[in-house]
Amino acid sequence: MFPRLSSLLLTLGLALLPFGTAALAKDIELLNVSYDPTREVYVEFNRAFAAHWKAKTGDTVSIRQSHGGSSKQARAVIDGLKADVVTLALAYDIDALHQNARLLPADWQKRLPDNSAPYFSTLAFLVRKGNPKNIRDWSDLVRSGVAVITPNPKTSGVARWNYLAAYGYALRANGGDVQKARDFVTALYRNVPVLDSGARGASTTFVERRIGDVLINWENELLLTRKLRPDDFEIVVPSVSILAEPTVAWVDRVVKRRGTEAVARAYLEFLYSPEGQEIFARHFYRPRLPEVRSRHSAQFPEITLFTIDEVFGGWQRAHREHFADGAAFDQIYLR
Amino acid sequence: MSGTASTLVHVAQPHRRRTLADPPWLKRTLLVVAIGFVALFLVIPLGAVFVEALRGGFRLYWAALTEPDALAAVRLTLLAAAIAVPCNVVFGLAAAWTIAKFDFRGKSVLTTLIDLPFAVSPVIAGLVYVLMFGAQGWMGEWLADRDLRIIFATPGIVLATVFVTFPLVARELIPLMQAQGRDEELAALTLGAGGWKTFWRVTLPNAKWGLFYGVVLCNARAMGEFGAVSVVSGHIRGETNTIPLHVEILYNEYQTQAAFAVASLLTLLALLTMLLKSLIEWRHRRALLAAAHAETRTFAS
Amino acid sequence: MRTPHPELSPNLRTRRRRVLPGFGLTLGTTLLFLSLIVLLPLSAAFIRTAGLSWEEFWGHVSSPRVVASYRLTFGAALAAAAANAFFGVIVAWVLVRYEFPGRKIVDALVDLPFALPTAVAGIALTALYAPTGWIGGLLEPLGIKVAYTPLGIWVALTFIGLPFVVRTVQPVLEELEPELEEAAATLGATRTQTLRRVVLPALLPATCTGFTLALARGIGEYGSVVFISGNMPLRTEITPLLIVTKLEQYDYAGATALAVVMLVVSFALLFGVQLLQRWFFSPERHGR
Repeated sequence: MFPRLSSLLLTLGLALLPFGTAALAKDIELLNVSYDPTREVYVEFNRAFAAHWKAKTGDTVSIRQSHGGSSKQARAVIDGLKADVVTLALAYDIDALHQNARLLPADWQKRLPDNSAPYFSTLAFLVRKGNPKNIRDWSDLVRSGVAVITPNPKTSGVARWNYLAAYGYALRANGGDVQKARDFVTALYRNVPVLDSGARGASTTFVERRIGDVLINWENELLLTRKLRPDDFEIVVPSVSILAEPTVAWVDRVVKRRGTEAVARAYLEFLYSPEGQEIFARHFYRPRLPEVRSRHSAQFPEITLFTIDEVFGGWQRAHREHFADGAAFDQIYLR
Repeated sequence: MSGTASTLVHVAQPHRRRTLADPPWLKRTLLVVAIGFVALFLVIPLGAVFVEALRGGFRLYWAALTEPDALAAVRLTLLAAAIAVPCNVVFGLAAAWTIAKFDFRGKSVLTTLIDLPFAVSPVIAGLVYVLMFGAQGWMGEWLADRDLRIIFATPGIVLATVFVTFPLVARELIPLMQAQGRDEELAALTLGAGGWKTFWRVTLPNAKWGLFYGVVLCNARAMGEFGAVSVVSGHIRGETNTIPLHVEILYNEYQTQAAFAVASLLTLLALLTMLLKSLIEWRHRRALLAAAHAETRTFAS
Repeated sequence: MRTPHPELSPNLRTRRRRVLPGFGLTLGTTLLFLSLIVLLPLSAAFIRTAGLSWEEFWGHVSSPRVVASYRLTFGAALAAAAANAFFGVIVAWVLVRYEFPGRKIVDALVDLPFALPTAVAGIALTALYAPTGWIGGLLEPLGIKVAYTPLGIWVALTFIGLPFVVRTVQPVLEELEPELEEAAATLGATRTQTLRRVVLPALLPATCTGFTLALARGIGEYGSVVFISGNMPLRTEITPLLIVTKLEQYDYAGATALAVVMLVVSFALLFGVQLLQRWFFSPERHGR
């Protein structure tokens, strides 16, 4: 009896040993609240960061992920979802965290380089193989007989980028004539047969249901679709497009309370490191670091990009003038 | 008690009585209409689910179901249903007893209020809990100070589930118990049975099929609820995703096959419940019949 | 529930009428659950709306887009509930009274719309009814478009509401005493007469309940509809989608304003059907 008991205790002790040593180092959990298309990339990035953090500090960090529509995710954080970091589709949604709940300071966007957008993307067109409707640029989208698939700007982040890109194009083409730009987007949305509620819904409508001649979406989403279905689609890059910057921030109120400020910050800073940039480039997001970008230049053609600040005066104004209730987008359907 | 007994006999031999036989033309038409309707609206969508689920072969199907996040979703869904269903059974029985057996003022209002959670859009159902327990809501500060989490955690999911399934058991029981009236209960009471005894021996056996359907519906709906739960879940992978939310997530990841595989799980659960029902019916028919006869004799003596 | 006036205290009447025990217990339980789970949270919506001025409230709930969405939402839900009432009774009848191969399977399938997450239902139905789908492909040459039209919304709502009528009628049908039908037959009624005069009236309350539930569920449905409707403003945009739209803009007050309108209308609808049903099938009127 006795020897057996002692061996049992020994086994138990040995089994507990790893826990004992691990208790000296910390076990940290982070919650990253993100938007829809970033799932695959963050799975890979989180693994890389965990290894990096372990090597640097000896602490084990595990990152939990939540994904959904960008505005919906921001709302969840406002309503109490304890996100240490948010990585959302547009700065407007992170602004909302400040405006509605003071979860972070108003100048959050200045805390990290490049407007807190460690990677960026733009919008492009996906057309069916052979480009039967001969779509080359934004101006082709308003031709009669061309069906355009883009989601609803009221419920989808990318749809707002789509709308603003088209509007910005029309402003430039018409020397800044606001009325002409409005007519242009009106004509464009008259060609939209289905307004899906999200970006991936729109992709499905175009790819699986085979509705529409052209899909406007994130460049990274289109590259992914082409990788999955190389024989069915072609990507068309318009003459000019908008610089779409998905932004990231740590949520001060949460990290202070949970004591995770340092690691949350390091997590976001790691997005700017060569290793992080490489992972995002592999998932078709345009990296900031020149050396990473040059490695992947084949998949990212040069394109003239305008920013939301220079054309629309920032997100707050763009939202007020275009997407709020009764604003420009609503007028399209009431005319 | 003769009502129970004759009902059971009737269920046992649904079409032996010649007087109750429908003319063949009617029977045929009704069958064709019913099966056509079911085929168009149920069988074909179901087929679509399984065709999509098995498109990549059985191994991928199995892999989608046994993936850790999927298992976590199954666990959470089962937990939510395990709390919501008993809650609604207790509530349903109480409400049905009050409404079916008594007359009182405001009964119509009460009945309508019980139905209300159905008419409430799932979106609103989720929203009202956010308004109550969210960080900006009524109890937000209080909960945050105590580090208690209701929404974006399991309690919120359970609450939303109870809300959307709220009327189901009651709504099955009320018309049934109304149709049965209170004569049998009055008879039992007159014969000296107490309130609880009357309830267990008379009311419950009489209402058992209604109760059963209520539970089945409640369970299915509890497991399948999407809209309301989606608002209060927070979508944390492996933690606050129920099966329907996991399905949506997979679909949004372009993993159509895995999405439908997990969805088929819910469908199989529904089919399993009905199988269980048939089994109970078959196993207990004789026992119930015997018990009913015995009770008839007890009460008669 | 209003508390009765002291003089009108129900105790006297209770003693006379309420022979059955358990009124206080069951009513208490019912009210407790109802208040905690349903009324208290819903009142949150009303209180949030109270922060709006009357003009703001009216502006939110009466814009042309919103009005168009009411018409669509209530119209499609009504049409779907009507279809379900008709077919649901037939399906229930066939399931209870006829023996045919596959009966158990059909019985089990009826719950499918409940078990299938609404988002999956929406995706599956869209896949089927889109011009590229199995059914949509057949209908397209006939000039019938289902997906991305109001007809598509009707299909989704019919699917969602299907179990309600079947499952409310089924238990009543199973408990229906055959003596009634036999008596009718003995008195010389033909089978069709018996069905029309005896069976259908007996099923009417349950059918009504099922219809109301399907209707109420249809009005609020969101998950499945957004996939199949196409969400075009003024044409195929349902009210719950507008609520979500307002929420996405962090406009809680606007969202709850719409929610309150939907709540009030749904309550009125349910209450109306309830009164009608009580009046039609009151025990006094039929002397059961």
